[in-house]
Amino acid sequence: MATLVTPENIVYKRPVGLTDTVTTYCPGCTHGIAHRLVAEVLEEMNVLDRTIGIAPVGCSVFAYNFIDCDFLEAAHGRAPAMATGVKRVLPDRIVFTYQGDGDMASIGMGEIVHAAARGENITVIFINNAIYGMTGGQMAPTTLPGMKTTSSPSGRDVEAQGYPIRMAEMLSTLDGAGYIVRRSLHDPANIRKAKKAIRTAFEVQKHALGFSMVELLSTCSTGWGLTPVESLTWLEEHMIPAFPLGDYKISEPVAALKI
Amino acid sequence: MARELLKGNEAIAEAAIRAGLDAYYGYPITPQNEILEWMSKRMPELGRAFVQAEAELGAINMVYGAACTGARVMTSSSSPGISLMQEGLSYIAGTEVPMVLVNVMRGGPGLGNIAPSQGDYNQICKGGGHGDYHPIVLAPANIQEAVDMMPLAFDLAEKYLNICCVLLDGSIGQMMEPAELPEMQPYPRPFNQPWAVNGAIGRERRILTSIYLDPPEEEITNLRLLKRWEQIQKNEIRYKEYYLEDAEYVVIGFGTAGRIALSAVRAARAKGIKVGLFRPISLSPYPYKRIEELCAKTQAFLVTEMNAGQMLEDVRLAVRGRVPIRFYGRLGGVMPLPDEILDEIEQMVKHPPKAEDDPAAIWLHRMLETVK
Ligand SMILES: Cc1ncc(C[n+]2csc(CCOP(=O)(O)OP(=O)(O)O)c2C)c(N)n1
Repeated sequence: MATLVTPENIVYKRPVGLTDTVTTYCPGCTHGIAHRLVAEVLEEMNVLDRTIGIAPVGCSVFAYNFIDCDFLEAAHGRAPAMATGVKRVLPDRIVFTYQGDGDMASIGMGEIVHAAARGENITVIFINNAIYGMTGGQMAPTTLPGMKTTSSPSGRDVEAQGYPIRMAEMLSTLDGAGYIVRRSLHDPANIRKAKKAIRTAFEVQKHALGFSMVELLSTCSTGWGLTPVESLTWLEEHMIPAFPLGDYKISEPVAALKI
Repeated sequence: MARELLKGNEAIAEAAIRAGLDAYYGYPITPQNEILEWMSKRMPELGRAFVQAEAELGAINMVYGAACTGARVMTSSSSPGISLMQEGLSYIAGTEVPMVLVNVMRGGPGLGNIAPSQGDYNQICKGGGHGDYHPIVLAPANIQEAVDMMPLAFDLAEKYLNICCVLLDGSIGQMMEPAELPEMQPYPRPFNQPWAVNGAIGRERRILTSIYLDPPEEEITNLRLLKRWEQIQKNEIRYKEYYLEDAEYVVIGFGTAGRIALSAVRAARAKGIKVGLFRPISLSPYPYKRIEELCAKTQAFLVTEMNAGQMLEDVRLAVRGRVPIRFYGRLGGVMPLPDEILDEIEQMVKHPPKAEDDPAAIWLHRMLETVK
């Protein structure tokens, strides 16, 4: 009997850029999808061997166990500063940070804003899941008004706890930013768009066109207390209205970029 | 090379550049601004990396990133800024990568003032950041010594994969003195250490991290750091001795306090008092053994610092009650005058302290009476 698994029949496999390691993410978490997209893009651009990733503090603290390139592990929120330090001494390398919303939009707000303002030639993959996954589901700077978390048990009260921060919009006001977009990982069509954006972001860096960031709306089934499928629906119904998808900054040179 | 009249901070900056500095990241704070300013002009001029960071948090984490690539990297700051850097310093120690920190102390605590102080001895020598680690700390007493320390600091940091701090105060940073700068090292200095994270071209990929989730693995990491620290303690003790051959009394002071004490010791010698000076240069590792040896022929020690007796505790650890100690400190940015230390030497001779005395407590009560 002929086997079905022949090279001609393979339509889906682990990209070279992902290690052969089972991830530590919960079932339904979209960190894994984001990792895969980054890995595919780095492989397609043929830059895995000259890329340095910077992992954050958060659920993706061990991103380096899964994405197969040189990696550093930053202090909580400081990845953009660390990336700056690396990129300035190794300008011909591809340097990216991979950060959650607590890491980037809360404790690391200073580092990200100034890296963008300086127009650092780095790429930032920003995972917005509206919650602190790693520490057990506390309120994040991106938690939606009324959303229940372990530190906003009766729902985020904007009078006492303030409003969610829209990072893509905020960073897009900075002249150093070359490419700032928001995408979502809740269905295949959006995942394809996300991949295209990640590719563009890394191309922006390759062509030294300034700071690039792709914000990815992501799920956290465990933190949200929903099933994986419910989480995808919840993302679409609640997160997208609060964090509209779109291109927030495409500088002129980036717009002229042919990929 | 000829001796020139140089400002401390600028001389330190230029010496680092000549030692092959690849990157400087910093944030303005008095009294060390001239280092950052010098770097902002010279580093781009030479095609090397310079960033004025958004804060010391950013600066130290930029240093962390560059250190992981194997580049020669440094930052400089002063007390409040060094406090802010402690997180990064702990991560750098935990990742076992080399860096140089120039720490120009000022009066504290809090915002304090910009006057010279030695109030951050404990902070830098005893850790400051979380976890079990030891930076190497070198304390110059003049500009030439500071200049000579810069290449040494990089060499030590790289040899032991350790933080190396050059610890001074605003007076050395701000004063001008004749000094000779080192020769410019050939540049670029290729860096491709076997641990460096710089892109996996033609090799297996590498990861640098300070997270060891498995406690036994973290314990092994801690032991590895301590093993290296043991080597540092064995090999890298530095100090300078003055008039100790026939000394019956020994003054101990580091950096500026040691330098002022030297004038006092000379004045006391002129009055016939057999006194010498022991000036620790490596504060971490500390020259415990040498002080222990000095106990054999010393009648009493006078420890003098620009703080409330932080190094005094290390001296007491070395002396272990064998010889009485007197302490004299000035605080908060006030510098001791040579006459004050001379007076302290004379008092020590006239009214010998007792071995069971608590020198810091006695000093404090004297201070509370005289400084009102
Ligand atoms: C200085 C510091 N403060 C707090 C923490 C604890 N901590 C670890 S992860 C985390 C939140 C991470 O959330 P997020 O960035 O949203 O990423 P996620 O886990 O959701 O992917 C916090 C607060 C820490 N490690 N360091």
